[in-house]
Amino acid sequence: MKQETSLSWLQRVGRSLGGGTIGTLTLLLVSLWVVFALVIGDRFFSASTLQSMAFQMPELGILSLAMMLALLSGGLNLSIIATANLTGLTIAFMLTRTVPGSEGIAWVGWQLVAIAAGFAVAGLIGLINGYVIAYLNVSPILATLGTMTLCKGVAIGLTRGNVISGFPDPIIFIGNGTIFGVPFALVVFALCAVPVAILLNATPFGAKVYLIGSNEKATRYSGVDTRAVLLRLYVYSSLLAGVAAVVMMARFNSANAAYGESYLLVTILAAVLGGVDPFGGFGKVGGLVLALAILQMISSAFNLLNLSQFLTLAIWGGILIAVAAVPHLRALLRR
Amino acid sequence: MPDSLKAALARFRRSHEFWLLAVILLLCAGLGVANAQFLTMQNLFDLLTSYAFVGILALGLLVVLIAGGIDISFTATASVAQYVALAFANAYGANWFTVFAIAMGTGLALGAINAQFIQKLRIPSIIVSVATLNIFYGLLIFVTGGKYIYSLPDWFATGIFWFEFDWGKTSSYGVNLQILVLGVSFLITWLLLNRTNIGRQVYAMGGNPDAAQRLGFHTFRLNMLVYCYMGVMAGAASLVQAQLAQSVAPTVLVGKELDVVAAVVLGGASLSGGVGTVLGTFLGLTLLAVLQNGLILLGVSSYWSQLFVGLVILISVSVTAWSQRERRARRVRA
Repeated sequence: MKQETSLSWLQRVGRSLGGGTIGTLTLLLVSLWVVFALVIGDRFFSASTLQSMAFQMPELGILSLAMMLALLSGGLNLSIIATANLTGLTIAFMLTRTVPGSEGIAWVGWQLVAIAAGFAVAGLIGLINGYVIAYLNVSPILATLGTMTLCKGVAIGLTRGNVISGFPDPIIFIGNGTIFGVPFALVVFALCAVPVAILLNATPFGAKVYLIGSNEKATRYSGVDTRAVLLRLYVYSSLLAGVAAVVMMARFNSANAAYGESYLLVTILAAVLGGVDPFGGFGKVGGLVLALAILQMISSAFNLLNLSQFLTLAIWGGILIAVAAVPHLRALLRR
Repeated sequence: MPDSLKAALARFRRSHEFWLLAVILLLCAGLGVANAQFLTMQNLFDLLTSYAFVGILALGLLVVLIAGGIDISFTATASVAQYVALAFANAYGANWFTVFAIAMGTGLALGAINAQFIQKLRIPSIIVSVATLNIFYGLLIFVTGGKYIYSLPDWFATGIFWFEFDWGKTSSYGVNLQILVLGVSFLITWLLLNRTNIGRQVYAMGGNPDAAQRLGFHTFRLNMLVYCYMGVMAGAASLVQAQLAQSVAPTVLVGKELDVVAAVVLGGASLSGGVGTVLGTFLGLTLLAVLQNGLILLGVSSYWSQLFVGLVILISVSVTAWSQRERRARRVRA
């Protein structure tokens, strides 16, 4: 058993030198790490640097998971940010209106009710997306463009663009607390990433998602209820956006209709960098996690070097093109 | 009525554009009754002026979508083109011709970069344009420090006012820069797509790229042209926007790309290529413009306008998809 795992690990290392996105990404991560370690020195390894990296990654990470699910099926979910904001506002509204000031059973209960209400909203948006995409055959980019505008419209209309803020301590802990030095938000990310990885790799549902992403028609003709699978997939995507909402509002201690909008295209960037095929069918959670680590490492290192965050954006774009070009360049070399 | 005209009318009645037109006319009639302000020349000119930026970009995107690609980097392209052209005009002096040449040339160069990545490195256009959006925008803000340009050359700030004419007693109208560039863009795009060999090739390539290549089309050159066209349109649109806003703000355009996508796809262009018309794009743009303008004139708080836009997009794409499925089902039965 041990032999076998070490063999497969060896194989993976071997393949990483010759091919595979995971291999390319691992190499990239290690070389970036070495470069930044040499340029920045000790400060790069300080506990506070590592912790600040670990605090920033989860929001983008959970949103990228939500995007990844849709991408794997050959779709796209442009409504994740708007869903997260509407969910966050729902929870924030409930928290600020219903939770009593003194601690007690009602205090705990209402917080749970608030979060449940938020997830109900997220689930509903997911159902709308899934129904329109799977049962009305609308292309995912159009359907989610519509729900994105709709959700944002509801959020702006109800709040008039204002911020809702001031939450109880347990909520704030989700975004800012640590457990044995590990940010709780990172734990939340792990609690999302691991089930998603299991769902995709070890369940019939996951296998069907990959199949739909590769060839939807063939999957349908082979007896899979592709509509039911897609509906469920978009609900999961929406619920993940809901989790991101909780982390985001907890970190800022506020909710707003327009938070995190610049994340939308970055989630696509992260997922594709992580080896998710934008036309569906291929991509692993492991690749996405590596991609997120690379993006976060560049961002943190540039921050330590006092370089503009906008330069970080440009470098992220450059790395995406470089990694996306690797398969073609390798094929050219082989020829 | 000659038979060919009758057939053309019958075909139009079944088209996506017909339904869009019907919805728009209904909406306009309702708004005209509800508010006397709506059906005035003043409002028409205001609408054309304020939607020129989105409209010009939509035409560029239409061509890219028909060719089977996608580009969402155009807002960054426009920001760069705007900054380069007007910073140059401020530093060295310029006139209308040179400022447009610089902006459109910058757009062309950035479009060519997109096309190179897509064609030479075989990367899907969605990935390339997500990446170049970040690259162009990130570098622009890094180099300029995100500073606004408030002082524009006088002749640019004044703009143009052609074919002035009087309507009624008090108001006079004319063609301003926004309307002029929008009109010219519509004309050129229509000519390109409907009256040139290249236009037919773009449709064919979008419909079936493999077949187009086997027929001997120069797909590399065609793609180059398509993405450069998008860049040139972004350059032209950027100046139109700067003239209207009376400033160059490098951070305000990025983030508006999905508004443009919405207008084009409402107009019936398909994201899988080969389908889309200039008329459809015009109607999609009109629907969005009339809807937002009408809501404001009806006194609905502008906070709610996004909600209605979202509803219209969702309903429109659902109805289109549903009617297509019905038609397919009917064909199968027949």
